[in-house]
Amino acid sequence: MKRIAAVGGFFVVLILVWEALVRFGVWSPVLVPSPLSVVQYLVRAIADGSLGQAVLVTMRRLLLGYVVGVAAGLPLGLLNARFKFFQDTLGLIALGLQTLPSICWVPLALLWFGQTEAAMLFVVIMGTLWSVLIATDTGVRHVPPIYIRAARTMGSRRLHTWTRVILPASLPFVVSGMKQGWAFAWRSLMAAEVYVTILTGFGLGHLLHYGRELHAMDQVVAVMLVIIAIGLLADKALFSPWERFLHQRWGTAK
Amino acid sequence: MNELHRELVNVPPVKLTVENVSKTFHVRRQTVRALENVSLTVQEGEFVCLVGPSGCGKTTLLNIIAGLEQPDSGRVLADGVPVTGPGRDRMVMFQESALFPWLDVLGNVMFGLKLKPNLRHAERREVAKFYLQLVGLEKFVDANIHELSGGMKQRVALARSLAPNPSVLLMDEPFGALDALTREQLYGDIQRIWEKRRKTIVFVTHNVREAACLGDRVMLFSPRPGRIREEFRVELPRPRDINSVELAKHTAEITRALKQHLSSAAEVAE
Ligand SMILES: Nc1ncnc2c1ncn2[C@@H]1O[C@H](COP(=O)(O)OP(=O)(O)OP(=O)(O)O)[C@@H](O)[C@H]1O
Ligand SMILES: [Mg+2]
Repeated sequence: MKRIAAVGGFFVVLILVWEALVRFGVWSPVLVPSPLSVVQYLVRAIADGSLGQAVLVTMRRLLLGYVVGVAAGLPLGLLNARFKFFQDTLGLIALGLQTLPSICWVPLALLWFGQTEAAMLFVVIMGTLWSVLIATDTGVRHVPPIYIRAARTMGSRRLHTWTRVILPASLPFVVSGMKQGWAFAWRSLMAAEVYVTILTGFGLGHLLHYGRELHAMDQVVAVMLVIIAIGLLADKALFSPWERFLHQRWGTAK
Repeated sequence: MNELHRELVNVPPVKLTVENVSKTFHVRRQTVRALENVSLTVQEGEFVCLVGPSGCGKTTLLNIIAGLEQPDSGRVLADGVPVTGPGRDRMVMFQESALFPWLDVLGNVMFGLKLKPNLRHAERREVAKFYLQLVGLEKFVDANIHELSGGMKQRVALARSLAPNPSVLLMDEPFGALDALTREQLYGDIQRIWEKRRKTIVFVTHNVREAACLGDRVMLFSPRPGRIREEFRVELPRPRDINSVELAKHTAEITRALKQHLSSAAEVAE
């Protein structure tokens, strides 16, 4: 309780100091918007629906691309772990492409797909896919063979062994790979949205971009805050339950 | 022995036959003859202990009986049928803990049951709980594996291998990593369960006293190449107490033989 009060107090003071610095002209409002104006922008943008619309567009791209990336990365990772041929070919490609920041796919995506949703999806998928693939592969390789032997004596075979033993046993790796994939996808999508105008929908990145064009610093800072909030929320909503489960079951330290 | 003869002298049928099994491992240009011409028959309901020093091929033999590994030559029969792979009639309790960390205690015991056809979910739960009770862990049904002590883990492993109701239980130094007190408790448990459920048990250990306490027969292994050297019958009433004087006599006899074989094996090696 005391801790919460202290933390709350810290942020209240921070905002007050910020407001004061702008109000007394220490910081120019052209460069740093006052917290009040940021809040005012947020209220306005929520009321006229522009913020909600942008969040919707961005989240749709992100989720769709992410789901596709995971759905492809998981089985490909399994294939990689299972067959030497895949390991030697796809595995090598994955290792190389994972080191490529996925924003570097944007020029290619624009040429292939034009300024469309497909280009955005492509960038998000590239951000997700390789991390998930490599993590799944690594996870499967780290499964202690004794688990598989034990399962076999209990009558588990082929597909059952893969879905009920190998996959759950590699879950710690898979989840951390999915988390990394999410982080990559989120960062590259934001970069892509700031970097190119997509005609089929204005996302958060565009809102940020136009904030700069219009010298509307309140808009820039407000959108940045929204992006941070979404990042935190996604972490809590998507990954915290999994991580809690892993900590609980495996008994790994927090 | 034919069936008629069996009936007449009232010998229980043969459950496991190991016929001239040999197995060699090749590791980095070295060859290890883990087993050489090992033969063994185990009768139904019999408790057979395999004793020998580390590296003499006990685990290898158990794996071959389980069907997890193939012998280079020779074969294993279970109920007269050649073993080609693992089967639910032969359950294994491994040397190291093989419990699944992603499942809770009940989930682990249910794993094998879920693979058994013709059972309703409620029945499976019932059976799993029965065996957890049998090993004294009914209060830990929902516990995570990492929350259990070493002895409790081995109990769960025992319940897991008993649950699908195999006729043969293959146990590989199941109590090796436990303290003496916990082990004693488990000796009691395993004898009680064996009496009750009448399993055929092949039990690997390098602890002679443990072998004499549990086994109807104790098979003595010697290493490099792994062979069965001698066989001892332990005819003491059950349940046996690991600390009894009678048992100590048997232990001394087997230990003496073991030392003899070891020194003669060492001479051969030189
Ligand atoms: N998969 C394997 N690859 C290579 N060598 C092996 C393999 N498994 C066993 N061996 C070798 O075969 C021999 C017998 O091994 P095994 O595990 O059967 O011994 P053990 O009697 O169970 O020993 P312990 O009491 O230490 O468990 C050892 O020398 C070991 O090095
Ligand atoms: Mg062994």
